Amino acid sequence: MPEKPKIALYWCSGCGGCEESVIDLSEDLLELQRRADIVFWPVALDSRLKDLEALGNGEIDLTLINGAIRLHEQAHMARLLRRKSKLVVAHGTCAHLGGIVGLGNFHSVPEILARSFREVPTVKNPGGILPGGFKEDSVRGPKLSGLTDKVMALDQVIDVDYYIPGCPPPPELVGEAVWAVLEGRLPEKGFVFGDRKTLCHTCPRLDSKPEQISLKGFKRVHETKWDMEKCFLPQGVICLGPATRGGCDSRCIQANMPCRGCFGPLETMEDHGAGILSFIASMIDAEHEDEIRRITDAIPDPGGLFYRYSAPHSILGGGKGPRT
Amino acid sequence: MTRRIIIDPITRLEGHGKIEIRLGSGGQVDRAFFQVPDFRGFEKFCEGRAAEEMPTLTQKICGVCPTAHHIASVKALDDLFDVEPTEAAKKIRELMHTAFIYEDHLLHFFYLGGPDILVGSDDKRFGKNIFGVIGKLGERIGEEVIEIRKRVRGLNALVSGSPLYPVCGLPGGVSKPVPEEERIGIKEIARDALAFARRCLKIFEEEVLESREYVDLTHLDAYSLETYYMGMVDGNNRVSFYDGEIRIVDPEGGEFEKFGAIDYLHHLEERVDTWSYMKTLYLKGVGWHGLREGKESGLYRVGPLARLNASEGLATPLAQQEYERMFDVCGGKPVHNTLVYHWARLIEVLYAAERMGEIAVDDQLTDPEIRNIPVQSPRKGVGICEAPRGTLIHHYETDEAAILKRLNLLVATQNNAGAISLSVLKAARAFIKEGRVSDLILNRIEMGYRAYDPCMACATH
Amino acid sequence: MQGVEPKIIVFLCHWCSYEGADAAGRGRKEFPSGNLREIRVMCSGRVDPRLVLEAFRLGADGVLILGCAPGDCHYKRGNIQALKRIPLLERILQQNGINNDRFKFDSVSAGDGEKYARIAGEMVERLRGQGSKNHA
Repeated sequence: MPEKPKIALYWCSGCGGCEESVIDLSEDLLELQRRADIVFWPVALDSRLKDLEALGNGEIDLTLINGAIRLHEQAHMARLLRRKSKLVVAHGTCAHLGGIVGLGNFHSVPEILARSFREVPTVKNPGGILPGGFKEDSVRGPKLSGLTDKVMALDQVIDVDYYIPGCPPPPELVGEAVWAVLEGRLPEKGFVFGDRKTLCHTCPRLDSKPEQISLKGFKRVHETKWDMEKCFLPQGVICLGPATRGGCDSRCIQANMPCRGCFGPLETMEDHGAGILSFIASMIDAEHEDEIRRITDAIPDPGGLFYRYSAPHSILGGGKGPRT
Repeated sequence: MTRRIIIDPITRLEGHGKIEIRLGSGGQVDRAFFQVPDFRGFEKFCEGRAAEEMPTLTQKICGVCPTAHHIASVKALDDLFDVEPTEAAKKIRELMHTAFIYEDHLLHFFYLGGPDILVGSDDKRFGKNIFGVIGKLGERIGEEVIEIRKRVRGLNALVSGSPLYPVCGLPGGVSKPVPEEERIGIKEIARDALAFARRCLKIFEEEVLESREYVDLTHLDAYSLETYYMGMVDGNNRVSFYDGEIRIVDPEGGEFEKFGAIDYLHHLEERVDTWSYMKTLYLKGVGWHGLREGKESGLYRVGPLARLNASEGLATPLAQQEYERMFDVCGGKPVHNTLVYHWARLIEVLYAAERMGEIAVDDQLTDPEIRNIPVQSPRKGVGICEAPRGTLIHHYETDEAAILKRLNLLVATQNNAGAISLSVLKAARAFIKEGRVSDLILNRIEMGYRAYDPCMACATH
Repeated sequence: MQGVEPKIIVFLCHWCSYEGADAAGRGRKEFPSGNLREIRVMCSGRVDPRLVLEAFRLGADGVLILGCAPGDCHYKRGNIQALKRIPLLERILQQNGINNDRFKFDSVSAGDGEKYARIAGEMVERLRGQGSKNHA
């Protein structure tokens, strides 16, 4: 009787949404448990670090890691899991591109710590103490891992075999990836699950997307109403579908809200934000600098919007702080 | 040399955690550290972001309770822009929020903390999980909980886009109306949700309340914590998830303070420990006096048991009956034993199902007017709601262009931080004698925090 | 950090600004050619924002994109396509900690060596005072 393949699921600096997407496999989760041996999954099983450490190198057939790398300890865990696993999948946008956690790269670590632990109006911290980043001592207690200088995506720390995009990925996509591996249908290394084309191609509003879009202005969603059936872009509402990988079943569009790019770019686009910038600029209906500036000034936060999910993986990585 | 017992990682909760217990020379527990080794910094990196993006940004604080953040955030935006949502929008938001709390509580009961009391104690470390629950209670119950959660989450998706990633919140409304033809499906889901909620309470009755083991545990001082309790209530002091004022009662159950969203700063304060990224909230009106119980300590609790303690009832009939029964069986109000959180949680599941049924037949639910466009200049906004795990506060300050200048977040489990630390310490002291540990003892200690259904991604943000 | 010589990447379009840069050289105009790394492209519109970001990532202290004057583009509107990207790119760079002194878009006609020398010289001078980008 052949042994069941071993699977592990772990989270770095994440939110638990990717775990929820696995739980949303619903009855398929029970099927997974029948077909595979889940050896490490802290959200659902009482598996400990020592159980993981006791496994041999390469003993785990498939490990899904979600969450970005924000603490040194998480980089350590990623490396440990890499050693113990034959295949590692970056599960979800944080692991794939850095995710929303990656917006932290627009600030420095001291700024991020100071805000929460010294400055917010409810905190009372007269000594100005900050948690973490020390080896244990008698005053500060057991050690607590410190923050890495920059948030990183998983493949900036370890070698990654496949990627499941999405924040979080739809359960069907997670299932697709897991069954593909369990059934030996391995894609080529570096494969990103999801569609091969942008979201527009499967969007229910594709018919109303014009060949040419020319806009005299952009509108912020809270200031305007729009037609629920038609493409957002000609209505002046920024939707990132044209620069974003499809495969999410347009769930945001179906709720009548524009895409925010969580699936990341296609393979051909190295920097998601730059790609978004290009297509948005191409829609501007103006020829003179003043007019162009006026139109684009209406976009309140290009860095935060265009790099919402991908700052760590972008060319400049989010900017502040030393480069890795 | 200090002997340490380390649980790493703690399991069956959302988020990262470690417990380090330090023993003295006689094998008694000296100290217990509850550490949360994760931190992302939303309170900083949301600065510079456009206000209208906040409901979808902040919901990434937690992928288990994104709906709660989405709701608190959109309410903060309503306040920020001083815009009243339409009646339909309020009903839609309350429907998705209530549906979410229903299924999230079930997640905890069947997948996370519930297995501790459903599977019963034995030394088998790998039996306490959803698979063990199914093994004990049967495949059918597994199928039912999976099915009802799928359908209720589908209901959330209908209005919000996805229960994993709700997107519909806008200041003054929501993005999409509920078409009248959907009402019949919503009513069916609410009806079936109610039936399952009653089934859960029956399971609790038969498998847990009738178990000597559980009842004995609920009488142990190991799990008892005399604290203040806090929760949102409606105008009649009954539990409210979506809107209302925050009510705090003291350990004897008398009303201590009551406040609206904008006044939260006068009532709550937080402190920092070096060995954890989770800050500890306490009542400003009492002050921080260390990890202690009692009226003189500023420690307080939130979440299901706390909400029931802090309120004077539930607004739906069946849940109200269960509320009265629970306090009757437990010998009065407030109830201090942490394990009773599991019971309170199921009573809230029942309330949520009844409330979903009420909203499902409300005329306003399908009204096409779902948005009021803001006209005021934004400045400051505070939004509060009850997340499944406790009171959730989003506070935003922006410039006139509605770009975030500053924000403050007080998130659910964080309100329980002090109680969690103290619960773990008490349980450790009660169960570890002469330095002896076993998997069973460690499980008993973990049960001390797991009953709160903690979410550490939320608590640290 | 004083005394660091800034390196500027200059994207020059084949039809206008490249000729202008050439004219600056031939006309012996005074300009800090040692600080410049010129890259010829067929049109300023061809400069993908990604190239600008990559230039900074690789260590450029400044980036210039010089195209044809309005109305003169050999491909009719390539320079307009380039111009449309500039304000957003400036803001992206700012948010990544790269101030606007370090990135400019302008037009230089073929033969206008004087303008080329002036633009390049001004940027080098400004950035000499600011030191290396990584310390900005």
